Amino acid sequence: MMLQVASDPLMQVENLVVEYSVGGKTIHAVSDVSIEIARGETLGLVGESGCGKSTLGRAVLQLRQAVSGKVLFDGHDLTTLKGEALRNMRRRVQLIFQDPIASLNPRRRIGDIVAEPLVIAGVRDPEERKRRVSEVLSAVGLDPALVSGRLPHEFSGGQCQRICIARSLVLNPEFVICDEPVSALDVSIRAQILNLLEEMKARYGLTLLFIAHDLAVVKAVSDRVAVMYLGRLCEVGPSEQLFARPAHPYTALLIEAIPVPDPDVRPTTSVPVGEPPSPIAPPSGCRFRTRCPRADARCASEVPELRVVAPGQFAACHHPLI
Amino acid sequence: MSGALLSVEDAVVDLPTPRGNLRAVDHVDLAVGAGKTLGIVGESGCGKTMLSRAVLQLLPKKARLSGRVMFDGQDLTTLSAEKLRKLRGRSLAVVFQDPMTSLNPVLTIGTQLIETIQEHLELDLAQARQRSTELLAAVGIPAPEQRLAQYPHQLSGGMRQRVAIAVALSCEPQLLIADEPTTALDVTIQAQILDLLAREQQRRHMAMIIITHDLGVVAGRTDEVAVMYAGRVVERAPTPALFKQMRMPYTEALLAALPKLDVPPHTPLPAISGRPPDPTRPLKGCSFSPRCRYSAGRCSTEKPRLSPAETLEHLYACFHPLAAGSGA
Repeated sequence: MMLQVASDPLMQVENLVVEYSVGGKTIHAVSDVSIEIARGETLGLVGESGCGKSTLGRAVLQLRQAVSGKVLFDGHDLTTLKGEALRNMRRRVQLIFQDPIASLNPRRRIGDIVAEPLVIAGVRDPEERKRRVSEVLSAVGLDPALVSGRLPHEFSGGQCQRICIARSLVLNPEFVICDEPVSALDVSIRAQILNLLEEMKARYGLTLLFIAHDLAVVKAVSDRVAVMYLGRLCEVGPSEQLFARPAHPYTALLIEAIPVPDPDVRPTTSVPVGEPPSPIAPPSGCRFRTRCPRADARCASEVPELRVVAPGQFAACHHPLI
Repeated sequence: MSGALLSVEDAVVDLPTPRGNLRAVDHVDLAVGAGKTLGIVGESGCGKTMLSRAVLQLLPKKARLSGRVMFDGQDLTTLSAEKLRKLRGRSLAVVFQDPMTSLNPVLTIGTQLIETIQEHLELDLAQARQRSTELLAAVGIPAPEQRLAQYPHQLSGGMRQRVAIAVALSCEPQLLIADEPTTALDVTIQAQILDLLAREQQRRHMAMIIITHDLGVVAGRTDEVAVMYAGRVVERAPTPALFKQMRMPYTEALLAALPKLDVPPHTPLPAISGRPPDPTRPLKGCSFSPRCRYSAGRCSTEKPRLSPAETLEHLYACFHPLAAGSGA
């Protein structure tokens, strides 16, 4: 495998292809993606809406059926597991969603919501459940005595996200997929939740897949970053290195498009006009070529493979910037 | 504030709720001159959208507004519904966050543009159609002629926002209010839409108000910035002066809480603890004081007034402002 950078991989995605059909047309959501996540690592996954980053996250959890490819979690191929075996494996992997309010059942009390995974996992002893729920609620900064009996609507978005994080931690998972966990939150609350995720990662020894469209947010928490465009990986590399010296023109474009809170930095005008093409009929060759300033004939005819451009940094481009 | 195209004077918006009165906008003064861009920055619930609705006279039915909204010499709060309708869309235009809700899903792009143009300008169908095509081309929509026959759902989010901007610009407005115009869009599309708004604003010498929660959006693209918190303007200054020397601790904290690209990964973010106060339970003192690390003494008992710093243009409402020269 090209991307064998992790010495102790917890999650290995190999040549994963996910497609689904809408109105008789096939959407190429994830096309031949391979990536590894080391134990204890945070991998950031960035890209614009429709690039397939959420589908990839769901396919890892087997919430979406892959057309082909493997998802190895701690050596077990999740794509071939079924029934009890898959359920047991899933307990070790949890998911946090973007909209914290929508992910909580509005008619159930917080204590029951957080205890639900324990009930499903077969923890029969109510005292044991109560002890676990209290522990995780305290860990995310909520007072169990005050919040357990209340309903989700009594909480703000930031507090609901804390509750969702508590629920995801109650089964002591090893791997947590965070799908845009802070994009629905205000700036002042966002920083609190990002800090909380970092604390929880350290406290419970988690491995994270952190999916977001905001590069600055991803950089704040990730050891390595993977950039996706129209279902394919463009670039993977250590966070700081990738942001300092992007190799793929798309990564460079994303970095350039971030609004900088400094009036002396003039907004650049080099962002190309145009939008991502449809994933129903992605461009031949390199999928970014229709918006790329460096594209030539080869980009249209030949799919670029991920290649090493710097230590630990890989880019899928015929004309990389470095 | 004389000579301003729009001036909001001592505006107060109250909304009755089951939990009691909610003061959404609390004694706000603002002004924007022709050809200038004002940024209004704040988090959800700070009153920025209610303020823009007060300007447009599009407040919810139950809301009570006091104060004056002077636009081009007339007080909008005293105008009849008919006069307001003529003004909105003609001289006073708006672009909302979600273009899908501002465009009619069952009418073609062409119908929506032509309808707006014919409502306000004396043009026949052929002229209105011609103008619509030109507008779509101006906002960067490829094949504008064909787009006229399409429906909003056939376009992407970015393209829909371009159409919404074309509709807003169709009658050469004097003031354009853009309420979170790029929040629903991807980062590369956001840059394109902000560039488009800035270009059209300069070309048409329009006044523009950009409402956003992102200090990054206003930094390079506005002349003046007003920061709102809990219904009040807590700091207001020409954009370069504000970023050079923030005086209000909330503004500084808001900027500090943004993840930065030049900081190594895993650096803890300087988060603002707590959350904004319940707007139905107003605080006696400074609304930010429970979350402010400089809070002391009268901060919890007395409301600081918006008062000038070194220059008359830079206003802030704080008893313990950040020292000049300390750097933000």
